[in-house]
Amino acid sequence: MTHTDLPDAEALLKTLAAQMRPHMTAQTALIGIVTGGAWLADRLHKELGLALPVGTLDISFYRDDFHSKGLKRKVAPSTIPFEVDGRELILVDDVLFTGRTIRAAMNELFDYGRPASIRLAALVDRGGRELPIAAQFVGATLTVPADASIDLEQAGGDKLRLVMQPIK
Amino acid sequence: MKIHIKNGRLIDPASGTDANKDLYIAAGKIAGIGTAPAGFTANRTIDAAGLVVCPGLVDLAVRLREPGFEYMATLETEMSAAVAGGVTSLACPPDTDPPLDEPGLVEMLKFRARNLHQSHVYPVGALSIGLKGTRLTEMAELTDAGCVGFSHADAPLTDHLLLFRALQYAATFDFPVWLRPQDAALARGGVAHDGQVATRLGLAAIPVTAETVALSTILLLTRETGARVHICRLSSAEGVNMVREAKQRGLRVTCDVAIHHAHLCEMDIGYFDANCNLTPPLRSQRDRDGLRAAIADGTVDALCSDHTPVDDDAKQLPFGEAETGATGVELLLPLTLKWAEEAKLPLAQGLARITADPARVLGVDAGRIDAGAIADVCIFDPQRYWKVGPDTLKSLGKNTPFTGIELKGRVRYTLVEGQVVYESA
Amino acid sequence: MFLHKNPQLNKNGELHHLLSIEGLPADILRQILDTAESFVGVTQREVKKVPLLRGQAIFNLFFEPSTRTRTTFEIAAKRLSADVINLAINVSSQSKGESVLDTVANLAAMQADMFIVRHAQSGAPYLIARHVSPDIHVINAGDGRHAHPTQGLLDMFTVRRYKKDFTQLRVAIVGDVLHSRVARSQIHALTTLGVPELRVIGPKTLLPSHVEDLGVRVYHDMSKGLKDVDVIMMLRLQNERMQGAFLPSPQEFFKSYGLTAEKLALAKPDAIVLHPGPMNRGVEIDSSVADGKQSVILPQVTFGIAIRMAVMSILAGN
Repeated sequence: MTHTDLPDAEALLKTLAAQMRPHMTAQTALIGIVTGGAWLADRLHKELGLALPVGTLDISFYRDDFHSKGLKRKVAPSTIPFEVDGRELILVDDVLFTGRTIRAAMNELFDYGRPASIRLAALVDRGGRELPIAAQFVGATLTVPADASIDLEQAGGDKLRLVMQPIK
Repeated sequence: MKIHIKNGRLIDPASGTDANKDLYIAAGKIAGIGTAPAGFTANRTIDAAGLVVCPGLVDLAVRLREPGFEYMATLETEMSAAVAGGVTSLACPPDTDPPLDEPGLVEMLKFRARNLHQSHVYPVGALSIGLKGTRLTEMAELTDAGCVGFSHADAPLTDHLLLFRALQYAATFDFPVWLRPQDAALARGGVAHDGQVATRLGLAAIPVTAETVALSTILLLTRETGARVHICRLSSAEGVNMVREAKQRGLRVTCDVAIHHAHLCEMDIGYFDANCNLTPPLRSQRDRDGLRAAIADGTVDALCSDHTPVDDDAKQLPFGEAETGATGVELLLPLTLKWAEEAKLPLAQGLARITADPARVLGVDAGRIDAGAIADVCIFDPQRYWKVGPDTLKSLGKNTPFTGIELKGRVRYTLVEGQVVYESA
Repeated sequence: MFLHKNPQLNKNGELHHLLSIEGLPADILRQILDTAESFVGVTQREVKKVPLLRGQAIFNLFFEPSTRTRTTFEIAAKRLSADVINLAINVSSQSKGESVLDTVANLAAMQADMFIVRHAQSGAPYLIARHVSPDIHVINAGDGRHAHPTQGLLDMFTVRRYKKDFTQLRVAIVGDVLHSRVARSQIHALTTLGVPELRVIGPKTLLPSHVEDLGVRVYHDMSKGLKDVDVIMMLRLQNERMQGAFLPSPQEFFKSYGLTAEKLALAKPDAIVLHPGPMNRGVEIDSSVADGKQSVILPQVTFGIAIRMAVMSILAGN
């Protein structure tokens, strides 16, 4: 797959929102994982017209590779602007890969309280899971070479775009 | 034993000699310079091609650490360090434990040193009993036992009346008094020069006035009593200026500077290098430049090593708790050469500060090479670089700020009274 | 004549030990402040703990007693899920503290990952940092008069919270600068972060010589020194210095250098007042100011934990 073969992020976003819409209730809240997941959560929030504000998580303090990689240079504060207890939470991330990020995010969420449920929405599922984690809502399933990473980036305004680059 | 030193560059600062001349030694004396005395047959010939042949060095402050501090260094180790540094005559300060305040202690030291057949050891006796600054020692007895002068080492002498009486008493017999100018109250608690480094590092400071206030007291009392005073370890530009003026006014004083202070300044403390915790403290660059100028113009009579071996336990402590001082007797020659080269002085003039000049301060017949003189000789390679470190130092004290630094000038042979007491490959 | 390598940075220029703020580039200071922002969020949650340093052994090595500072480091370490071992070493029972390195060698053998060091002697943490194995990190929690970098950083965090841009500020540090490690760390941090005008105010006996070389302007008259400043950093006056050779009495100090409402009025109307604590009310600062609306002394304490969490996590990861 080459750069130009990547699906259009905006189209995937619509697909994802359509999947999610029937499941939204007054107790549903979106939590985006910094950075791509947070952008995506903002867009989905608008698209779905949810009442509860969007939360963001920076899972740096929960990563399982801290001892080998250390802390990243810029850690963003996590903000959960609502009570977590009893909520139906949807974690939002741009790309679902090994599942380790989602594991870290769930651990962090439980330090805020006890949600009624957590589901997962991902724009792209590229397979390669190393943990028993699955997404309930997926924009597209892609096969990506092992030595490439696929990321979301901002394409002007709040528009989003998928990019692929070799893993450093 | 007859020794022929051939092909060397002979430098004798006392006579101003600097020429390629052979040296002939017999019966512990200089038997001939340039030409062999009649009927001279050498038992040993030393080829000094490319080497400098000069008088054995005279060091005005070498702590041999005995008695009392044998865990830091011993007479044997420090005496062998001295000859490895080319030092053939050394004065040792009285700050041993107990201090050199009794004739018996001085005689024992002289006796033991003599038995080692290495450098000549000249003890400087304690000026007050126990260096406590309250009662005078028996200076006449101590002089008979071998003391060349009297000093208070680095111990505080706060009672000016006692200092006055000590100078009066010493002047009566013309005993030299060696004083290190530091006002104990102004220096109290301080560990570093009162300058930008102490301010930055938060080290308790010793102001220059600690030196100059004490120095003015010493100079005034010297003038009053007519004592023969040697001022030890000046550290500040203002201090050497005061001595320069005093000498111009005809006061009979001499002074020395420790070799570290001719090269280093407060900046060299870096990140709390306890090897730079010295007494007196390393001062500003301006002070160091003032010292260097005064060494060059002769205001400062002698450079000394202020050799102070300290063991790791006493040095590997936070800066302010570490024992002060640096090992130095093996660095005196290369650091003097470095100073002379940087000051663009002829080698003979540089060497004068560690040979003829300190011999004059000490009042002993040493530090010169001429016919009939005692054959104390240092032969060194002026171009040879060596790296200062635990492996290259003979002294038990490895405490020096120059660790890891390459210095130029390495002793090849040291002769005392015509005997080779040290040689290296 | 010697060159000295900054012992705080590793070969990649990253922070390996935190010994002093001096010599640290501004972007490292900003990284610590930014990371601390995230930890402030953590400390406001229901579970005030993250698993970042799980399994790490952090030793609080206090050669000089300080319950406050030790406690903040302990809380910070525990909130990072580290194991904390507190050691109060009675220096007076040691003969001149010879066992600093022995103590450290023993603890390192117990698989220590980090040492938090407080010592009455300037430079003691440098000695320890020089002798520990390369995988151990050292944080200076106050050494003599030299440095108290985490206090300096939490003060910067506080200033940034209230004043945003360092490059527009006029800051005054008031009191016993001579004996203050806090003041030295504040001065280095403020100048590194670009504060254009930094003043120190105090009597000549309590200002070190050459303090101007640190990039500050000296004032002896507090009413002139406080004029139009944005930030006032008060220093603590130690009891033993209140009467004797440095000062005649605490009352006389308060008369000239105590921060009262009248003197505070000379600063900008929105000026903030900091104090590293514990305060001597009526000596350095009047209660009406300490408890007044311009005082940010209590938030400082809260931010102190986040700053220490940030420093520990950055070091542990480098």
